[in-house]
Amino acid sequence: MKQDPHNPRLDLDVIADLVTPGSRVLDVGCGDGALLQLLAQTKNVDGRGVELSQSGVNECVAKGLSVIQGDADTDLADYPDDGFDYVILSQTLQATRRPREALRNMLRIGRHAIVSFPNFGHWRVRTQLAIKGRMPVTGNLANSWHDTPNIHLCTIRDFVELVDELGAHIAHGAALDRYGSPIRVNAPWWIWNLMGEQAVFLLERRAPQK
Amino acid sequence: MTNFSHAQQEQSGSAGKTVTFSSEQGLLTDGGGTIAPLTLAYETYGKLNENKSNAILLCHALTGDQYAAGIHPVTGKTGWWDAMVGPGKPFDTDRYFIICSNVVGGCMGSTGPASINPRSNKPYGLDFPVVTIRDMVRAQSMLIDHLGIDTLFCVAGGSMGGMQVLQWAASYPQRVFSAMPIATAAKHSAQNIAFHEVGRQAVMADPDWRGGRYLEQGVRPEKGLAVARMSAHITYLSEAALQRKFGRKLQDRSAPTFSFDADFQIENYLRYQGLAFVERFDANSYLFVTRACDYFDLAADYGGVLARAFKETKTRFCVVAFDSDWLYPTSDSRSIVHALNAGGASVSFVEIESDKGHDAFLLHEPMFNATTRGFLESAAAARGLRDSRK
Repeated sequence: MKQDPHNPRLDLDVIADLVTPGSRVLDVGCGDGALLQLLAQTKNVDGRGVELSQSGVNECVAKGLSVIQGDADTDLADYPDDGFDYVILSQTLQATRRPREALRNMLRIGRHAIVSFPNFGHWRVRTQLAIKGRMPVTGNLANSWHDTPNIHLCTIRDFVELVDELGAHIAHGAALDRYGSPIRVNAPWWIWNLMGEQAVFLLERRAPQK
Repeated sequence: MTNFSHAQQEQSGSAGKTVTFSSEQGLLTDGGGTIAPLTLAYETYGKLNENKSNAILLCHALTGDQYAAGIHPVTGKTGWWDAMVGPGKPFDTDRYFIICSNVVGGCMGSTGPASINPRSNKPYGLDFPVVTIRDMVRAQSMLIDHLGIDTLFCVAGGSMGGMQVLQWAASYPQRVFSAMPIATAAKHSAQNIAFHEVGRQAVMADPDWRGGRYLEQGVRPEKGLAVARMSAHITYLSEAALQRKFGRKLQDRSAPTFSFDADFQIENYLRYQGLAFVERFDANSYLFVTRACDYFDLAADYGGVLARAFKETKTRFCVVAFDSDWLYPTSDSRSIVHALNAGGASVSFVEIESDKGHDAFLLHEPMFNATTRGFLESAAAARGLRDSRK
């Protein structure tokens, strides 16, 4: 996928890299189906999608993707346990009403959960709030405070803490720079939390303690 | 698959195609009746390919029939799904072999209450066994066997046709590669049963109904059937569509006549719909097909859990609802989708924006068109059907 600094969905390539070929994937908040198509083409996955907007669903179905109109907050509860290898929530967690429930459901439905989100701990965000005293508006968070769909923003540290609370294991984590490239340095969390504009995590249910 | 050919009669001509299953092969109905011999009238469009993998069964709605596309030989109008079926259309007759049969209990050539009861040599009338959606589907499966087709590439239909699609997927999962239940429900709601009962009572209240024996007495309960159609027709539309099309506009007059003439255009329209309907439809058939819908409750056959009807299904589903359809509202479709999801089925679900109410599925709706095309094309790719035009 071409890297376009104005496209905030550069996490798609990174997510696709985390998925094992031939697996069963549920993309929650799949939009126009770009990720599902990418996964079908490059990883031969058996993909399904859930999307809130009617126009998005229509586009997906017209492309031949198996997508239903629905909502991460209300519709994940209807999925049976272990139905998928991966449940993906890309750039949607912060727009859910109950992110904790959404994550819990993802880890119930899928053996793995992949979550990407804009990092509210990025230095640019911090600066806007700290120096200017304004709600941050950045490339990833382009809406002003009164018309943003992002009602539950978090930082990388916040997210890691929630994963811990849910008893899940982080199999892989990456902070992405503004161009969507993973920050390759092996840095401590606080560096990632400061430098990453977005983050992508691969989660697993923690194996039962012996 | 059983080979029935020794006992079947195939007829084809200007009156369309029919197949008759002999007395020994009749249909045992869910209600414990027997319909034998059983004749099914059907139409086909396009060509069956060599390995018989491109067959699509279209299931018609309550008052539809086998003439899905082209010009209807009885009414002279275009078939009920002409918007969707034909060369280059979503159900592309250049690519797929389309089959559509008149339901058992119908009145366009398949055995129904107007057919002769071999026991009495008179029309069945109310002696015709009450048939269910499952009986209709069982009869269709006999036709599909007869045509030598093992697996249908797709089964599609709206309203009562959608119920048949769901029943096909539940009863014969191995024979249905993909399924499109459109503007339908897995069970008939109390409101829908209520509307059907109004229609049936209108028919039965007509003195010319004669306890269902009108054909022998050379009359027809036209008034009652027309009223039934008028009330049903309202349920196929939406308030917005009625308002847009008719509003309070008067019919060929500038002021009300202070009488019970059809002053309003909507009255005139409904009266016309009623009259046109009685010309092509048998009143008893109307009783039987509405009853079949009323009895439909797919989950009831699976311990009350709809998901069990689709357990481990490999069929690819595309469920479609229309947002202004209040007869089979989107919530009905959502229940189907939830059940399919719970079973891990491959399912797409689209709610199409349209102000045309339940009837929207019969009309040219570009987004519905695109959805159907996209779904069938991806299913065709998965089925290994090559597009001969490319």
